[in-house]
Amino acid sequence: MIEFRMPSLGADMDAGTLVQWTKRPGETVKRGDIIAVVDTDKGAIEIEVYDDGVIERTVVEPGQKVPVGTVLAVIREAAGASTVPEPVALPAPSSAARARPVSPPVVRPAPSAGAKRISPAARKAAEDLHVDLTGVEGTGPGGSVTRPDVERAAARGRGPAATAPAGDHRSAMRSAIAAAMSRSKREIPHLYLSTTVDMSQLLAWLAVENEKRSVTARLLPIAALLKAVARAATEVPDVNGFWAEGGFRAGPGVHVGCAIALRDGGLVAPALHDVALKDLDALMRDLRDLIARTRAGTLRSSELADSTITVTNLGDLGVESAFGIIYPPQVALVAFGRVVQRPWVVDGRVEPRPLMTATISADHRAVDGRRAALFLDAVNRWLQQPEAL
Amino acid sequence: VTRSEIQSGVLQALADVAPEASAETLRSDVPFRDQVDLDSFDFLNFMIGLHTRLGVEVPESDYSKLSTLDSAVAYIEAKLGR
Repeated sequence: MIEFRMPSLGADMDAGTLVQWTKRPGETVKRGDIIAVVDTDKGAIEIEVYDDGVIERTVVEPGQKVPVGTVLAVIREAAGASTVPEPVALPAPSSAARARPVSPPVVRPAPSAGAKRISPAARKAAEDLHVDLTGVEGTGPGGSVTRPDVERAAARGRGPAATAPAGDHRSAMRSAIAAAMSRSKREIPHLYLSTTVDMSQLLAWLAVENEKRSVTARLLPIAALLKAVARAATEVPDVNGFWAEGGFRAGPGVHVGCAIALRDGGLVAPALHDVALKDLDALMRDLRDLIARTRAGTLRSSELADSTITVTNLGDLGVESAFGIIYPPQVALVAFGRVVQRPWVVDGRVEPRPLMTATISADHRAVDGRRAALFLDAVNRWLQQPEAL
Repeated sequence: VTRSEIQSGVLQALADVAPEASAETLRSDVPFRDQVDLDSFDFLNFMIGLHTRLGVEVPESDYSKLSTLDSAVAYIEAKLGR
């Protein structure tokens, strides 16, 4: 028997409220299936199961708020199935050569045809606002019903007096960010490095590439920045992973937490999985999907727990450089600023060049300045050969 | 396609990426980016929305010609050869 427990969806979470079971006792589940929806400070999250098996019984009822680690359900293992350890359990650190089984890719079933897709946040809002979901038109990804859809339906149904419960969530998210950042600054001795990246190669290559592409297939610099980080993190794995129980544990793959601002305030940094293994087209597609689902409130548990390094890009806001606060238990955060035209010396001559400041904040317990410098230099080097990304 | 259809298509494509953008308060001669929180991914999705809703393919080099509602409508009108 396997005990399915309330997962920790980040360092700042200590409890969650079960919103609903999406699978029932007696149903067969496969690794990666969404088994339940849990409401957290980051919105309603779809919880994935880590094992193949049959649900024996559920222990916690919808509406109950329980601490992380509480048994939610009991799953009977599929015959002959090997059990993959849950990522929540952090093994004791040992030599750098410690090998940890790499999680197999999680295959997600396509939504069944005809069934209406409803985001967990929308489901929660419908419950709070007493909206009948059958009459709500979906405008989210793939026609799914999102929280704003429900709020609009509620406003139509009940006139201007109807208000959304968004304020509660916002203040909860604020508290969660405060807790994680305070812990980071209390516990992590940050070191900060910065470098200036000449972006002319990358931007010129993107312009030529995008000229050939339809608007639906265009690339943005952020895809190349993420890939360069993943390439560099593969070369210098010291920055990619976790500090836990007094030691560093390298990440299983490069899962980049992407800081995504919510439209009504707040911030979530869900993981873009296996960035080192994806080409720029796949990264554009997956990042677009991740942004849409972050804002619609339909993230999955693995996306909130798996990040091995975080990237923030404040360039669109006109900021030239940023030194971020590491999200524990990660050990590094990379920040990119705005691209600015500046004089730059090339082959002994001053030329105007598009320049960008890249920085890294690293946990000095896990990484020394020299290794962090090698990493940042590798990011720069990869950005000088965009066709190789 | 009439001018008002183009205008409503542009507004819908904008609302798809920035639900807080409202046709009543949006000033047609002021850049979108000064009124609505649009990062580069949002802007690309806005361009894709124009492609989906109105069938216009805007090359990257023309993005600056669609910075306001007025200029976007004028650009698309010209592009559709009205």
